[in-house]
Amino acid sequence: MTLAPIVRLSSVSHRYGATCALDDVTLEIPAGCMAGLIGPDGVGKSTLLALAAGVRRLQTGTATVLGGDITTRAHRRSCNHRIAYMPQGLGRNLYPTLSVYENLDFFGRLFGQPEAERRARIDGLLRATGLDPFPDRPAGKLSGGMKQKLSLCSALIHDPDLVILDEPTTGVDPLSRQQFWDLIDRIRAERPAMSVIVATAYMEEAERFDWLAAMSAGKVIATGTPQEIRDAAHQPTLEKAFIALLPESERQGHREVVVPPRIASDGPPAIEARGLTCRFGDFVAVDHVDFQIGRGEIFGFLGSNGCGKTTTMKMLTGLLPASEGEALLFGEKLDARDMQTRQRVGYMSQSFSLYSELTVRQNLELHAQLYHLPPEHRETRIAEVLTSFDLTEEADLRPEGLPLGIRQRLQLAVAVLHAPEVLILDEPTSGVDPVARDGFWQHLIKLSREDGVTIFVSTHFMSEAERCDRISLMHAGKVLAMGAPQELTESKGAATLGEAFVDYLRAAADEDSAAGTAPAAPAQPAAAAAAAAPAAERRFDPARLWAFARRETTEILRDRMRLAFALLGPIILMLTFGYGISFDVQDLSYAVYDRDRTAESRELLESFSGSRYFSEKPAASSVTELDARMRNSELVFAVEIPPGFGKALVSGDRPEVRVAVDGAMPFRAETTRGYLQGVAGAYLNDQIERRYGRTVDLSAASVETRFRYNQSFKSVFSMVPSVIMLMLVLIPSMMAAMGVVREKETGSIANFRSTPVTRAEFLLGKQLPYVVIALISFASLVLVSYAVFGVPIKGSVAALLVGTLFYVLATTGFGVLISTFTRTQVAATFATAVVAIIPAVNFSGLLVPVSSLEGGARVFGLAFPAVWYQQISVGTFTKSLGFAELWRDHLALVGFAVLFIVISILALKKQEA
Amino acid sequence: MTRWLSNVFRLGLKELRSLWADPVLILLIVYVFSIAVYSVATGAKLEVTNAAVAYVDQDRSALTGRILGAILPPQFKAAEEIAADEVEQAMDNGRYVFVLSFPPSFEADVLAGRKPQLQLNVDATAMAQAGNGAVFLQQIIRAEVAKFVSRLDETPELPIDLVVTTRYNPNLNSVWFSSVMQVINNITILSVLLTGAALIREREHGTIEHLLVMPVTPSEIMVAKIWANGLAIIIAAIFSLWLVVQTLLQVPIAGSIPLFIFGAALYLVSVTGLGILLATFTSSMPQFGLLALPVLVVMNLLSGSTTPMESIPDWLQFLMQAAPSTHFVSFAQAILYRGAGWNTVWPDMLVMAGLSGVFFLIALQRFRKTMATMH
Repeated sequence: MTLAPIVRLSSVSHRYGATCALDDVTLEIPAGCMAGLIGPDGVGKSTLLALAAGVRRLQTGTATVLGGDITTRAHRRSCNHRIAYMPQGLGRNLYPTLSVYENLDFFGRLFGQPEAERRARIDGLLRATGLDPFPDRPAGKLSGGMKQKLSLCSALIHDPDLVILDEPTTGVDPLSRQQFWDLIDRIRAERPAMSVIVATAYMEEAERFDWLAAMSAGKVIATGTPQEIRDAAHQPTLEKAFIALLPESERQGHREVVVPPRIASDGPPAIEARGLTCRFGDFVAVDHVDFQIGRGEIFGFLGSNGCGKTTTMKMLTGLLPASEGEALLFGEKLDARDMQTRQRVGYMSQSFSLYSELTVRQNLELHAQLYHLPPEHRETRIAEVLTSFDLTEEADLRPEGLPLGIRQRLQLAVAVLHAPEVLILDEPTSGVDPVARDGFWQHLIKLSREDGVTIFVSTHFMSEAERCDRISLMHAGKVLAMGAPQELTESKGAATLGEAFVDYLRAAADEDSAAGTAPAAPAQPAAAAAAAAPAAERRFDPARLWAFARRETTEILRDRMRLAFALLGPIILMLTFGYGISFDVQDLSYAVYDRDRTAESRELLESFSGSRYFSEKPAASSVTELDARMRNSELVFAVEIPPGFGKALVSGDRPEVRVAVDGAMPFRAETTRGYLQGVAGAYLNDQIERRYGRTVDLSAASVETRFRYNQSFKSVFSMVPSVIMLMLVLIPSMMAAMGVVREKETGSIANFRSTPVTRAEFLLGKQLPYVVIALISFASLVLVSYAVFGVPIKGSVAALLVGTLFYVLATTGFGVLISTFTRTQVAATFATAVVAIIPAVNFSGLLVPVSSLEGGARVFGLAFPAVWYQQISVGTFTKSLGFAELWRDHLALVGFAVLFIVISILALKKQEA
Repeated sequence: MTRWLSNVFRLGLKELRSLWADPVLILLIVYVFSIAVYSVATGAKLEVTNAAVAYVDQDRSALTGRILGAILPPQFKAAEEIAADEVEQAMDNGRYVFVLSFPPSFEADVLAGRKPQLQLNVDATAMAQAGNGAVFLQQIIRAEVAKFVSRLDETPELPIDLVVTTRYNPNLNSVWFSSVMQVINNITILSVLLTGAALIREREHGTIEHLLVMPVTPSEIMVAKIWANGLAIIIAAIFSLWLVVQTLLQVPIAGSIPLFIFGAALYLVSVTGLGILLATFTSSMPQFGLLALPVLVVMNLLSGSTTPMESIPDWLQFLMQAAPSTHFVSFAQAILYRGAGWNTVWPDMLVMAGLSGVFFLIALQRFRKTMATMH
């Protein structure tokens, strides 16, 4: 190892708010070997790796990676394609709905590989990893081990010189883990110059690395080969050496885990499964599983990922109904609705499932209340649990910021708070470091041996399995073997339980693929095929943009429900609004209180009842009745004719006729008043005609009113173009808003950070599919407006099309903008809905012409694209306009589109803070 | 039962804590009930206000001057003169909704009894204002011409004196209407989004699974979400009514506020229930967002809070009876503007309570089912 170090850090510190993740770290990681970072959770391993990969921004200190300063953009750009980074978490950088092949194809495209090269490389990698039988399986349906292999493939697709793997095998079963490391060894054998840096929590894995750095509390406490580290601590295994090397304060009073023998108890088994089966469609997740667990027993559940462990546990808790067979608790058939049984069971799910927005204490309090601990005991019990699980210091912190080990302890504390007789724990120690794990098991053993609690626990750690009274091996929904750890090891004639386990799995796996494929062929020397990586990285590469657009499109096409909402929603709304929103007010109901009852009064009333706008209700017999009926909104207006009306009319005394209009809705009241004037005018003409026997036009001039653009003055002609405006802002922006923020939540944003893709390529690539969907939606709306409402495009079709294109670019750009500023999908949904609906409905010209908007509302309206497109939409549909009249609106829309995207690009940081 | 109530209470408190811990949501709630209400109420008016009028005057007589002088705010902006060849373009780009054209020798023709014709061009795409505005302009013109002809500053009389009074909002001030309706619309938006999102978030974070292992039933979880989110929104809405609507916008409220709040609480139960219902039909936030948007827009535009119910076709009015917002708008108008009491509004409240029950039951059914099939 005479090579220059591949990564050199000096005086690197990194803080997240008040917490210090890395504290003045100076470290040289040697090149061309397998270097490991070991240490508990939350000591800064992930931060260190992210800094080295250039996906996180360096705060203080210097970092030299691949011979250059990683803080400079130029160096990052030039070495981007030489580094591969695989973030923590099972398949976190994969796209679950995409198939194995599609995932890899996407990564290949990001590195600008041509079709043939991609195919060759993917075939080689799939064969090397044994994934070749399932190129079409969606990544989300792979087991954990397979996901990690696929993740590794995607990291290796561009022949990187430096591979950075952040806890790649956490939560993966032993067989898959072994295969994973064998795979890395083979690849390294082919490309000896490749450097690999790995963080891991499994000490037995670290034994096979060439070089190690042990970390604790943001500092490096030891470096060297595993041998050197063991020697330095005078301990036989790395696990023990590591614990010995820790400063006293970090060891937290660690002591050996000793399991006292169990004293068998009588009575029915605590848990019993009889032919328990669970099917999801055709897929059998759990296939006739039988077992019995005695009271106070620690029963371990082992098996590869996706073998049905979690499903079995869920059936035992009543979360999932069994498709067949039955589960018994304390000899009684499990009834999911029986609250009494739930009181006797504690459950801890695989992922953290407590409220991260509540503090540790608040979480405990909530559970104490929901389990109805007697109020007087609550506080003492919570205090007791806090002390016994060492959570006193963290009691008033929120779990979000706590290291995984502490969070898992909190989950266990919550699970045992109500002193259940049975504990069902689903991989409680996955990803937890050795010290914390041992501490965790001390608790379990105490619960079992001292309190007689039955514990049903699943794990991937062999050291933990050995502590169980009995274990059961599961594979593909079936139990392969069951018995005491010792027995199982002996039955396979293996030296350790781990070996026995791998043997069992291998036997079962061979059976599975009896017809199947040859064992993994050696990896193709894909490297040989690779031309040297493109010398100069292109600043903007349409191929990378296309890779993102393609991927996004595939994802949408797979999410049928989203696609259906996006395309059908607007059509349904167009139909409802086209028929529904109308300003043609008709059928205004009214009633009359006629106190005169003469021929004259009836004549007047006829002119009311003759109007097509009014609809007469039964006459009233008092003013109070009219009032009451108007109050409960039966009447829009009320007519009262005074006594002696007829007489006064005949004598020319101008009798008064009172009409009261309901003004609660000003628009309706105003329209009603207009109609009333019309009725009065008609009545006047009528009177003149009766009296003089001919019609007389009293006015000295006439007004010829021309309703332009819409001669028949039908609402639908203005509604239809407006609905198109509304739909093309709401739906596309909502869809696009999910784009970036969803990647942030699922973690696949890491691919953007760690590959050569630029911000513009990423954002435009994500925007493009939504633009296309919006245009398809537009086409469907135009079709509906013509076919159903008979609203044709009178003006320039080209102006409408170009305007629509600009508009959807702007509205999807708006969504992308929201997406870059929000952190969660919930916030993005809200922000889009609230920010877009108000101007689009109120200030766009849909309801009120823009020329009448005032003050803030006008500014508000003009600052949003909707109002500009409204001009184009209404202009081309009903006003027969073209580019000549509308070019300013087109220009404004282009401006919005560019502005939104530019701000988004500037706001999106390629590196994490 | 006490156990049920106590669980509902505890879970609700948790819900409020979660909401409080999310600054983005709090900010949006505040925005929606303050700035958004104010700007919509003062900015967007359906009745004829500030309508832009232009004229082409080829006569330039005393009569045309009088007519133009009678076109007054607040209904119309002061009329602006444009050239005859500008009419087309000015209307095309929506600068004016109305354009009056006085022909040459208009006044002379009127005086000579030749009954000249003047032209009123109306941009019929501005539906809300075009119809009423045209009627008003015709009235103004007719009245001014008649006055001019009779040389009297008095309008000629109808044989009857039609006294039209407007109840509840005598000056037809649209702020009275739109501010309160905007509060109602925003209650709808927030209730559906908040509760729906709360459920989906719990599902995505796996916390709901954790709850269901405890001695907690789905109905407790749902009711807790309903009361907690409902309470948060109703408090925000009351503040909005009090500070923005009553204090800032000076809108008088005629009826009983406690009765309105009671009704609003009832409404919140039904829309938050609707939010949960929608959430049970979707599996992720993007899907929920896309499903919720159209529902919200329909509820806001077709419940009578924006356009009058009378203008909606009968079949659609009938369908809209299934939307709680229709009933809420109806009794809110009755209480707040017409000062109606319990006797008047109970049928609407009863229907709304019924709808809440239906939403809740379907949601409960769906909830159990989706939890069972979740992988």
